[in-house]
Amino acid sequence: MACGGSDLVLAAGVEKMTDSPDVTEVLATASDQETEVYNGATFPGLYALIARAHMAAHGTTEEDLAWVSVKNHRHGALNENAQFPRELTVEQVLSSAPVSEPLRLLNCSPVSDGAAAVLLCPLDQARQYTDRPVMIRGAAMATGSMALTDRRDVAFLDAVEAAGARAYEMAGIGPEQVDVAEVHDCFSIAEICCIEALGFTPLGEGRHCARTGETALGGRLPINTSGGLKSKGHPVGATGVAQAVELFEQLTGGAGARQVAGAEFGLAQNMGGTGASSVVHILQAT
Amino acid sequence: MPSPRYWREIPSRYRLEATRCGDCGRVAYPPRRICFACRSTAAETIELSHEGRVITSTIVHVPPHAFLMEAPYALAIIETPEGARMMVQVADCDPESVQAGMMVALEFRLIRKEGKGGILCYGHKAVPAYPMGGEAEAELRAGETEVAHA
Repeated sequence: MACGGSDLVLAAGVEKMTDSPDVTEVLATASDQETEVYNGATFPGLYALIARAHMAAHGTTEEDLAWVSVKNHRHGALNENAQFPRELTVEQVLSSAPVSEPLRLLNCSPVSDGAAAVLLCPLDQARQYTDRPVMIRGAAMATGSMALTDRRDVAFLDAVEAAGARAYEMAGIGPEQVDVAEVHDCFSIAEICCIEALGFTPLGEGRHCARTGETALGGRLPINTSGGLKSKGHPVGATGVAQAVELFEQLTGGAGARQVAGAEFGLAQNMGGTGASSVVHILQAT
Repeated sequence: MPSPRYWREIPSRYRLEATRCGDCGRVAYPPRRICFACRSTAAETIELSHEGRVITSTIVHVPPHAFLMEAPYALAIIETPEGARMMVQVADCDPESVQAGMMVALEFRLIRKEGKGGILCYGHKAVPAYPMGGEAEAELRAGETEVAHA
């Protein structure tokens, strides 16, 4: 569209994970087959390795991880489109079955079916289709190492930081100007790593944000107001577009009980694998 | 994993061959012709020591199909003295005892069986670097946490 090849584009994402007999093994194909999966790694296992590294480096606890799920389910309980629109307690998370320590079932996003779509067009034509268009101010992608063993720091997501930096530059804003964000909380630890890599909180401080309410509705910077991947659901192919849909609702004042008052800038961050690639979009209200 | 690829990787999988960058010194395992840290092509092949230290670990309770009989098992990223990192299972010990800083030895083991024919696939697993249990272990492990890092 930016090249002039088209002036009306429907960007849609669809996923039907319940049709697959073994979702865990299909998902594991997004990680390094030769060095990780060969030796028995699963997706929760890889994020668990990141979690333990984060715990050792920054003092993150299982309770900190639980609070991310609790916070996102509080948001999701207000979202009629969420897969699990109900609240959780820290005790429920901490007593759920271990999947790959320290991650438990309720630290993991679910197997989901879902779809989402957004209509894109040049800004000067947008009023033909809606009274409340939202502007795309930044869009960037970055890649990092696929294997965790190749990374400088197992507890840090380089690709997320790089994609964020490029998107901020394109939009001409910094993380402190973002009013609402959707980040890729496929596992609780991922949200903590993502908000650190995006500059929403200093490195090592991400673990406190859900518990203190900083990243909850009503806090300094509400994160995953949709309920996130954890509560809203994670239909993989639809997740990125679904994040944009939530930002659209927020930036046009249509998010109902989840509305962040006066939200002007929204950021959506999506990633592949264990952060081998990441895409960040920055949207602005008109 | 398809057989041709498995055969191709035997030097690194069986002999623990890695490359050390001739310019920045970064060690890559499996080996690479181009350094992923500085893009230099001056790589020399080295053989890694069969020992290392645990960087981070987990206990997998919900395993892939090929590892059903082994769960729960410890999975870890370890670093060899040369600075190579690899992901391995930590066997022959209580998975709960595996933690960052732990010293391990690498042993050649059966890793998995593939396909309907049950093709045997080998590689390395880590085991504790000293006998588990008793005072000897406690003494040896006392120094581990001081050097633990992420």
